[in-house]
Amino acid sequence: MSTRTVLHEADIARALTRISHEILESNRGTEELVVLGIPTRGVPLAQRIGASLAEISGSAVPVGALDVTMYRDDLHRNPTRSPQPTEIPAGGVDGRVVVLVDDVLFSGRSIRAALDALQDIGRPAAVRLATLVDRGHRELPIRPDFVGKNLPSARDERVNVRLHEIDGVDEVTIGS
Amino acid sequence: MRNLLDTKSLSRDEALRILDVAEDMAATQQREVRKLPTLRGKTVVNLFFEDSTRTRISFEAAAKRLSADVINFSAKGSSVSKGESLQDTAQTLQAMGADAVVIRHGASGAPQTLATSGWISAGVVNAGDGTHAHPTQALLDAFTIRKRFFGDDSRGRDLAGLRVTIVGDVLHSRVARSNVWLLTTLGAHVTLVAPPTLVPQDVTAWPVQIRYDLDEAIAAEPDALMMLRIQLERMNAAYFPTEREYSRRWGLDAARSAALPADSIVLHPGPMNRGLEISSEAADSPRSTVLEQVANGVSVRMAVLYLLLAGERNESEEDAR
Repeated sequence: MSTRTVLHEADIARALTRISHEILESNRGTEELVVLGIPTRGVPLAQRIGASLAEISGSAVPVGALDVTMYRDDLHRNPTRSPQPTEIPAGGVDGRVVVLVDDVLFSGRSIRAALDALQDIGRPAAVRLATLVDRGHRELPIRPDFVGKNLPSARDERVNVRLHEIDGVDEVTIGS
Repeated sequence: MRNLLDTKSLSRDEALRILDVAEDMAATQQREVRKLPTLRGKTVVNLFFEDSTRTRISFEAAAKRLSADVINFSAKGSSVSKGESLQDTAQTLQAMGADAVVIRHGASGAPQTLATSGWISAGVVNAGDGTHAHPTQALLDAFTIRKRFFGDDSRGRDLAGLRVTIVGDVLHSRVARSNVWLLTTLGAHVTLVAPPTLVPQDVTAWPVQIRYDLDEAIAAEPDALMMLRIQLERMNAAYFPTEREYSRRWGLDAARSAALPADSIVLHPGPMNRGLEISSEAADSPRSTVLEQVANGVSVRMAVLYLLLAGERNESEEDAR
């Protein structure tokens, strides 16, 4: 069992800043943006991206959380998961550009669930996807718009994202 | 969770998990689209051997909002009235592919029998059995109390230190029994107030304080007062002289309601006998939670069905209960 660190604290900060710039470039401003993190670790990432967007652009960006547990297609294959809170910012998502934020993009199934969950909340003008790590092995036709790091991996390897807000440390590791 | 049969065997963590999932379910009920796809393709059977409107439609609404298919089976007009046994009924449901059976039965222990007999593989939820238990009612009462006292800060909290007083026909009440165990597990102090004839014999073994005088109980400043329904259909002996006397001594009239501390709440499981155990003034006052209890009932039952049906079927067989 070997584990190596592929992103350190500074790398993560740099990746998130770059993602924030890319979001602003592709969107010409922040007015319509809503950033939604997918629990658990997408939520602090979304908050960091939101803060960074506000810092770069000078105007606040609404940030929230979108839980996908009850929309997953693999519920009956796993022990019962507890849902996490969903928090939609006061302005809602109708007509907005929603940026979904997740820590690791793998099969794409969480994102499919997130799209379904989003549809029950409102009708965004567009939905974009930002992920800290894209490790490949997609099972659905889903691709990210903003990627912190492309990380080639074997299917059975474990990619772990640890964040200060939850784990007390910022790092991304890969191991078997 | 494989079955939900009573609250006595529910641990604090299990109870809090149900209440916390219910918070998430309640949040989804504020949305424009209130239906979740979670239990698509699952079948929930409401098997009701006793009359009930609220509990049945509450379970039905909960199952439908999670996209489960619902089959309602009431004993009246069914083959049960032709003498079919519980076993045959259960096996029929099994053959139809029920994933969960919500059962209400006049005999205490019927849900237990159904869950442990091996007749069916479906999960069993007790929706009230005889005078034994009514776990989802107790859970929704606890949820309502928690929500009133902690608001948005409810998640993960228990009811430690809160004083809950349950008033009325404790003897026949499965609601009271389920509440005694659940509220105590969650750290609340429970007091029972009833005419001596309506106090159960085994009550000395319960973790509660007993009083016979409602005014004394109100003077003790309870945080929550739960008025039980006088079950006129079960009053087959002279438990109290007249309804009027009961109402005078143990009913929550306007004066008693006014004597409660300012932030105390009043619960009632419904249906209310207005003018008997609760006056209209008390039932319609801001401290009354009757309608919140109904709304919370759907969220709590969604949580129970979710925890019962969403996960892998064979997880943790050891906590079969």
